[in-house]
Amino acid sequence: MIRLDELTKIFDTPSGQVVASDRVDMEVPEGEICVLLGPSGCGKTTTMKMVNRLIEPTSGKIFIGDTDVTKQNPIELRRTIGYVIQQIGLFPNKTIEDNICAVPDLLGWDRKKSRARAAELLEMVALDPGTFLKRYPKELSGGQQQRVGVIRALAADPPVMLMDEPFGAIDPINREVIQDEFLRMQGDFKKTIMFVSHDIDEAVKMANRIAIFDAGKLIQYDAPDDLLAHPKNSFIADFVGGDRTLKRLRLITVGDAMMSDPPTVRAEDTLADAAAKMEEHGHISIVMVGPKGRARGIVYLSDARGAKGRVGENHKKLPASINAREDLRTAVSMMFTHDETSLAVVDDDGFYKGYVTQRGITHLLGATYRDA
Amino acid sequence: MEIVGYIFDNLGLIGERTLEHVAIVVVAVGLAILTGVPIGIAITQNQRAADIVLYVAAIIITVPSIALFGVMIPVLSVIGQGIGYLPAVIAVLLYSQLPIIRNTYTAISNVDPALREAAKGIGMTAAQRLRQVEIPLAVPVIMAGVRTAVVMNIGVAAIAAYIGAGGLGTFISRGISQTDPRQLITGALAVSVLAVAADFALLWLQRRLTPRGVSIPR
Ligand SMILES: Nc1ncnc2c1ncn2[C@@H]1O[C@H](COP(=O)(O)OP(=O)(O)OP(=O)(O)O)[C@@H](O)[C@H]1O
Ligand SMILES: [Mg+2]
Repeated sequence: MIRLDELTKIFDTPSGQVVASDRVDMEVPEGEICVLLGPSGCGKTTTMKMVNRLIEPTSGKIFIGDTDVTKQNPIELRRTIGYVIQQIGLFPNKTIEDNICAVPDLLGWDRKKSRARAAELLEMVALDPGTFLKRYPKELSGGQQQRVGVIRALAADPPVMLMDEPFGAIDPINREVIQDEFLRMQGDFKKTIMFVSHDIDEAVKMANRIAIFDAGKLIQYDAPDDLLAHPKNSFIADFVGGDRTLKRLRLITVGDAMMSDPPTVRAEDTLADAAAKMEEHGHISIVMVGPKGRARGIVYLSDARGAKGRVGENHKKLPASINAREDLRTAVSMMFTHDETSLAVVDDDGFYKGYVTQRGITHLLGATYRDA
Repeated sequence: MEIVGYIFDNLGLIGERTLEHVAIVVVAVGLAILTGVPIGIAITQNQRAADIVLYVAAIIITVPSIALFGVMIPVLSVIGQGIGYLPAVIAVLLYSQLPIIRNTYTAISNVDPALREAAKGIGMTAAQRLRQVEIPLAVPVIMAGVRTAVVMNIGVAAIAAYIGAGGLGTFISRGISQTDPRQLITGALAVSVLAVAADFALLWLQRRLTPRGVSIPR
């Protein structure tokens, strides 16, 4: 846990005082990622660097767990906090292995143990240890260097990490890949992380909570969905963008939005039965499932009403189905692509679990506004 | 032809004078590294100190060596060393300060601030940052300063023959006073060859000392 208590930093500059952090109060719960967000110069970096005391606060307190870090030896403190910067900062004179082991070496870890850990961490970011351990930073691509920068911060297994625009220098495609990789690692490691970004999409993707700053002040601190659904004022609303509701689509999985226990028909059912079921539920189509429950096809009410025969001979191909783990953005995109107002939802094994409809999604997004 | 004959007849003497010459330069530049590098590092901490030190070093280098020797004669005579080896070493030591201090200062202050920040942020002490990051990165530039100092001072040491410090300059001074072109040319040639050889030797050393990860082209 990281807790900031009335944290303030005032810089004295020749042109007067600059209040870079203005009585910031916040808490990053254990194992969560908190993204500090805001326009350039709003104090994100300053606030973060006070945590590892690269910048000394003017006033206020910082706690990691129960320890007041302003009372700790700064050198020892920094060795317990993973630190990643946008410029990466790998030491060009050291091999990748020695770069990753920089903190373990400072801490005097056993060499065997730290080198084994370096190899293990490289594998986690899909870099082959055999190839990369003995290379030098200049012999790596930008994306590879950035990955090494991240695992260097993880090497000594610090409970807390500070990351200042860690993926800012990478092209958008690679950035998505690294973000996903990092989220996967975070799933295992559960570090308590302060993460500076200026990209709302990155924040929404990475954060458990987002803290938006303006001119040194913390304006709103909320979970991404709450922030997008209920911006506190017009500054926040402008900052998160006019398409903030669309951004929320990313935060909700199809599984959470779907109607479960859907009506189904089987191949041996008659069309009359199918039509009756649809009318009973007020649906215009119904999914045909196989003997074990896999989605096999679809029957439309317009085809079934008044027709004779069995579902098995008269169903159509399912135009599209979506995995329950996908996000709603993908679902909506798929609906538009296939010109459908609903989609069958399946699990990893193809079993039919439910359906999502455009109306349902609109309603779900709207509900949070109505409740407000 | 006469000269070639002279050189062959006096190979032993040339070798001896070369050793005397090298002894002046190596000892003086060696001491200059021991003083100049720490000074160069220290002044990165204070802009004002840096300005003053670099200014003083630059002034020293503009003093003609003959004048410097002249000034040292009365001063060092107090300890009975007015002429000879000691003033020669001191002159070379002083002249070497500027290239060594300036290059050290430039190299250390030009270390990428991001590296400095990364090193600090992961918990290195100031000494660890210097030893593990800043100095290894500065080595090529510091060594370039050492090379400049050595090559320049091989010339200065030649003039030290006039205050009885020995070395290859003796051929030149005698060649002039005895109007003997053979000695004069032998001395000039030997000084030049020594300077070029020293430059190459130090270039080799510079490459050896530069960390591999730094010298990789990119
Ligand atoms: N060392 C310093 N001396 C004086 N002023 C500073 C110093 N560091 C930062 N500032 C000022 O403090 C304010 C906050 O800076 P900070 O670097 O924290 O912003 P930021 O939110 O990280 O911005 P960016 O997104 O551009 O990185 C700015 O107005 C900046 O000019
Ligand atoms: Mg910043």
